[in-house]
Amino acid sequence: MFDGLLNQLVQGVLQGGLYAMFAVGLSLSVGVMRLVNIAHGDFIVLGSFTLYSICTALGISPFLAMLIILPPAFGLGYLLQTLLFQRIVGKDILPVILVTFGLSIIIQNGLLMGYGPNPRDLNAGALETASLNLGGGVAVGVFPLLTFVSAVALIFALDRFLYRSRTGAKIRAVSDDVEAARLIGLSSRKIYATAMGLVMVTIAISACFMGVRTNFNPASGPSQLLIAFEAVVMGGLGSLWGTLWGGILIGLAQAIGARIALPWEVLSGHLLFLAVLALRPQGLMPKE
Amino acid sequence: MTADDALLRIDGLRVFHGKFEALPGVDMQVGAGEVVSIIGANGAGKSSLLKAIVGQVDRIEGEIAFGGSSLAGRATPAIVAGGIALVPEGRRLFPSLSVEENLSMGAEVGRKGEIGLDEVFGMFPILRERRRQRARELSGGQQQMIAVGRALMANPRLLLCDEISLGLAPTIVNDIYRILPQVRDRGIGIVVVEQDIGRSLKVADRFYCMLEGKFSLTGRPEETDRATVMKHYFGL
Amino acid sequence: MTFSKTRRLAMTGLRLGLLAVVVVLAFGPGFLEVGTMRLCAQVFLLMVLAMMWNLLAGYADIVTVGQHAFVGIGAYALYGLTAKAGLSLPVAILGAGAVALVLAVPITAIVFRMRAAYLAIGTWVVAEVCTLLASKIPGYGGATGITLPGQVIRALGGNVRDRFANLYWISLGLVVVAYLATALLLRSRVGVGLMAMRDNEEAAGAIGVNLVASRIICFLWAALFLGLAGGVLALLNLRIQPAASFSLIDYTVYVIFAAVIGGVGSIEGAIIGVLVYVGLRNAFSDYSNLYLMFLGALSILIMLVEPRGIWGLIRRVLPENIILVSHPYRGRAGREQGES
Repeated sequence: MFDGLLNQLVQGVLQGGLYAMFAVGLSLSVGVMRLVNIAHGDFIVLGSFTLYSICTALGISPFLAMLIILPPAFGLGYLLQTLLFQRIVGKDILPVILVTFGLSIIIQNGLLMGYGPNPRDLNAGALETASLNLGGGVAVGVFPLLTFVSAVALIFALDRFLYRSRTGAKIRAVSDDVEAARLIGLSSRKIYATAMGLVMVTIAISACFMGVRTNFNPASGPSQLLIAFEAVVMGGLGSLWGTLWGGILIGLAQAIGARIALPWEVLSGHLLFLAVLALRPQGLMPKE
Repeated sequence: MTADDALLRIDGLRVFHGKFEALPGVDMQVGAGEVVSIIGANGAGKSSLLKAIVGQVDRIEGEIAFGGSSLAGRATPAIVAGGIALVPEGRRLFPSLSVEENLSMGAEVGRKGEIGLDEVFGMFPILRERRRQRARELSGGQQQMIAVGRALMANPRLLLCDEISLGLAPTIVNDIYRILPQVRDRGIGIVVVEQDIGRSLKVADRFYCMLEGKFSLTGRPEETDRATVMKHYFGL
Repeated sequence: MTFSKTRRLAMTGLRLGLLAVVVVLAFGPGFLEVGTMRLCAQVFLLMVLAMMWNLLAGYADIVTVGQHAFVGIGAYALYGLTAKAGLSLPVAILGAGAVALVLAVPITAIVFRMRAAYLAIGTWVVAEVCTLLASKIPGYGGATGITLPGQVIRALGGNVRDRFANLYWISLGLVVVAYLATALLLRSRVGVGLMAMRDNEEAAGAIGVNLVASRIICFLWAALFLGLAGGVLALLNLRIQPAASFSLIDYTVYVIFAAVIGGVGSIEGAIIGVLVYVGLRNAFSDYSNLYLMFLGALSILIMLVEPRGIWGLIRRVLPENIILVSHPYRGRAGREQGES
């Protein structure tokens, strides 16, 4: 009965790394700008399609393509915040939801018109199929392992940046109290724009790993958003390391659900989230 | 002092919050190296005046000139970078940032100058000991020291202090007020807004008494008797 | 005649006009084609959905992106109550609303642990769970869905024309009831408290209005009517299917766009929005993706320019709402966040 259970749990944890990667950008925008971006998942999918086009056109590896799009991704985030989100970040939630929801629909349908409804994936060659046998019936794919390690590295880097750099301190300052920042002459605009640029960088990285790991189509965004959202809430709003735990928990829940019956895989993650919410609404690792 | 050599010159300033007029019209000057107190009861419009100077009110009429040039239409960051720093009412620190990080935010927004971490730690030695702690873990008085230090880190030519004694024990207030003469001696103009008349007049070179948004009395503390001040404070 | 008298007369005229439209509509099946009746029934049901979204977003300060959950629950309940339990149609339709209401209780208990935008996405998660669960209920057709049995369809009417006439009347009746009941709700203590909250949260608390309770009542209220509409939609479509009955696009995305374009915070807005949306949809039917992108862009634009939508624009001329419920949503969007 427990045949392969350990193996499945390990796969679940590794899958959770990918989810944490989706979620870390959302955690940042929620934590810093209080911006719950409904289009978060759609931006990931947009990134995957962009990488797909670059890889197809230039015949290069998705990882190289990812490096190419990181600077423009930062620029896109910076502009998006400056031109659009800056106008809606504030107390009212309706504009935030409507504007990001509108973006989500625009991206999905734009991709549908440009690429059609068929699923695509990014080709990373032999890396995708390589696996390591750890013994005891546990074998992990090299790529899932790489994804997990990258997610941890990304969170570590962001954490360092936020807590060790001058820009990071400014980001935390406006996140603490944007009114106080304004009173002392600390402009939140550029800081928010920088933070959104970083969010887009995490999205571009997620887009690469997701695209290699799974198929994606123009309608894939919302499910990534929901998973990212669940990881953020379960991990405690605004806590980056909490987000990693949130992602891992969803990965584990899905692995266990899939073991019961494959169609329950996705549902199990959502049910875990609702259960956590009912029992511990502040999340599992709340930011003090 | 004459209007010409004033560091800050305000003429006919009116301040509006939406349709509500918070300040119906004041004139004042502050010189370099001068401590000016503004006293007045709660709701007299003192905070509105300070916020207007740093560009944090809805709308103003009248003229605010700093160092001879008008501040009209300038945003807060530009005003602060130009040399005016505010110690906001209620301190308004960044609670999750360390003491040192809070102070460094002042340097981020201000001018280049001689006041740095060492100078602030020299004025408030306790902050040096606690530099790595988060601001919210410190006592109210220490937090107020951070707020004053943060403003000084901006190397202002004009320092605006809004109710810095509010809710603090007298000995701690002494520790904070003690540094104001040192600051003044660096040639920095200081505006102190207080409800505590005694404290405020003791430190001031000049004072303005505000009643319902207008200055009802102005002068030098040593030349004005207490009864007159009280009369104008309460509008009797 | 004074200016204000002219205005009052104009308002009375508009109100009588609206009443006349409803009366004429009631006789619709006497002269309308079957296809038109079907379209009208869809429009009426969309209006109910838009009204309910508007009740929550415009008055109760609850923005949901998961109201398709209750529409789908209503549809599945209708199937269960007719095909499985053998209840008569009127009872089953009411039952569909009741089931949605009952299920809304535990859902409320969970999603109300979050606030604002988190609550919004929380409702989406709930809807996703409901959709997935619906495909797993034994005997309800799984992921491919199931057609309503013949006796249920026959109970609707002996021929196609009768069926659609009945559906038309049921849908029209549902709009009228949803409107009147919601207007009453908003004029009650609950509604007054919610409107006071929008003006001043502390004052509302001070006059003894329990805001949490009021918001929960609104959420349950919406669930009831969404369930009723979902039941009727199942009859209109003659089948249930997880992806279609719990359609995020049809019952939430479009509805939100319609409500926002029409104007959040007024019942007129919901009605106008649905009419504009259906009109545009028919005009753009060959370019559905482009149309959706346009709707998305339009709603972004509205949020930035006139958060109260078309009705907000009209109200710049008109002295008061035609349908008097309250003062409307005061959008604060578009206000600059940066330094003043």
